[in-house]
Amino acid sequence: MCIEANHFLSPDMREALSDALKREDSPLGKQVLTELQENLKIAGEDMIPICQDTGMAVIFMEIGQEVHFEGGDLNEAINEGVRQGYTEGYLRKSVVKDPLIRENTKDNTPAVVHFMMIPGNQVNITVAPKGFGSENMSRVFMLKPAEGIEGVKNAVLTAVKDAGPNACPPMVVGVGIGGTFEKCALLAKKALTRDLNKNAGEQHIAALEKELLDRINASGIGPAGLGGLVTAMAVNIETYPTHIAGLPVAVNICCHVNRHVTRSI
Amino acid sequence: MDNIHIKTPLLLETADTLKAGDHIYITGVIYTARDAAHERMYAALKNGEPLPFDPENAVIYYMGPSPARPGRVIGSAGPTTASRMDKYTPALLDAGLRGMIGKGRRNDEVKAAMIRNHAVYFAAIGGAGALLSRAIKASEVIAYDDLGTEAVRRLTVEDFPAIVVMDAKGNDLYSAEQKIEYI
Repeated sequence: MCIEANHFLSPDMREALSDALKREDSPLGKQVLTELQENLKIAGEDMIPICQDTGMAVIFMEIGQEVHFEGGDLNEAINEGVRQGYTEGYLRKSVVKDPLIRENTKDNTPAVVHFMMIPGNQVNITVAPKGFGSENMSRVFMLKPAEGIEGVKNAVLTAVKDAGPNACPPMVVGVGIGGTFEKCALLAKKALTRDLNKNAGEQHIAALEKELLDRINASGIGPAGLGGLVTAMAVNIETYPTHIAGLPVAVNICCHVNRHVTRSI
Repeated sequence: MDNIHIKTPLLLETADTLKAGDHIYITGVIYTARDAAHERMYAALKNGEPLPFDPENAVIYYMGPSPARPGRVIGSAGPTTASRMDKYTPALLDAGLRGMIGKGRRNDEVKAAMIRNHAVYFAAIGGAGALLSRAIKASEVIAYDDLGTEAVRRLTVEDFPAIVVMDAKGNDLYSAEQKIEYI
């Protein structure tokens, strides 16, 4: 799954990149988007990763509560899968063991694993390798309730503006609103794995997604930050109930190589 | 759009002719270095020790490739974010560095050092590592092998595509292109 995610984008992402090329009108922006199409083609045909930053492996494990694991440590099994995928797939090893001492683990482990319990007897595994050009431009804002929807818009647009060319636009913007400090960040990450053609379930959130996307694309940042109409391909927002005193907002920015693969067992 | 072909080593006279927005193709030898290699080169400069390559008229590519498959020169090879190297860059420019290839904005200290030393900052397309790898004809680790993907490599490139983002006069394509007035 690590190898697949790093060489092939999901159909919705491919479609979004083709649409971006049709919509773009700046010559430089068009050229960038054309070269990104060519890059995707070469990646798939020659089995060269789409981007050299093959990411830190983020794994979402949805585990049916009827499922029982036997014969070893599940965490270690996941890391072994990442180890094999990154070694056998000629993917870059980008993980350092200690954030301050910074010695490379040389097999891209450990992964960042999020476990969620779900009803039933199924296990859904999502592998989402995350590059750090865009990860570094992501933000958490702890807003006051009085700042309301305008505060949320301002937070998202500020994060996108600051990210600019660094985050390899055209980007996908994942937003988490509500919950606690860590919950909104996780929502934002999860939002990046949602099909780009699907809007948020609630009407007011879907309207917010559309407004933010339009305003981001009016920024002029454009493909590769070199100017143009297409700065983002989608804004995906996930929400969760929150505390009477708070309005947490997380903005997780992803570059045009928004990778995720899901398998169910 | 004119396509301009330039060769490395990048001479001062050539660098001075390039303008922000120019689409260029680079042929010759360039050197890779990213965060960890920059930290070491910076320390070497401070201690009066030699760098892994002669910085005079050199071009650095901020890039750490994915591993090459058997029989291939290199893996995926796109640019990384340049601003992480800003802390170390003015010292390298003052030592003779003439060009840098990366992506994203630079700070004012880098811009000032570029003007002072007649240097140019190019952007390659971020996330187009498979496409860019085709312009790389040879790759050899020449220093800091222990850093893995972050080692310093000597690359031989042919018609490596890039865009002049900041020229030697301080013009910046990123700031020119953005007209962000949000709320």
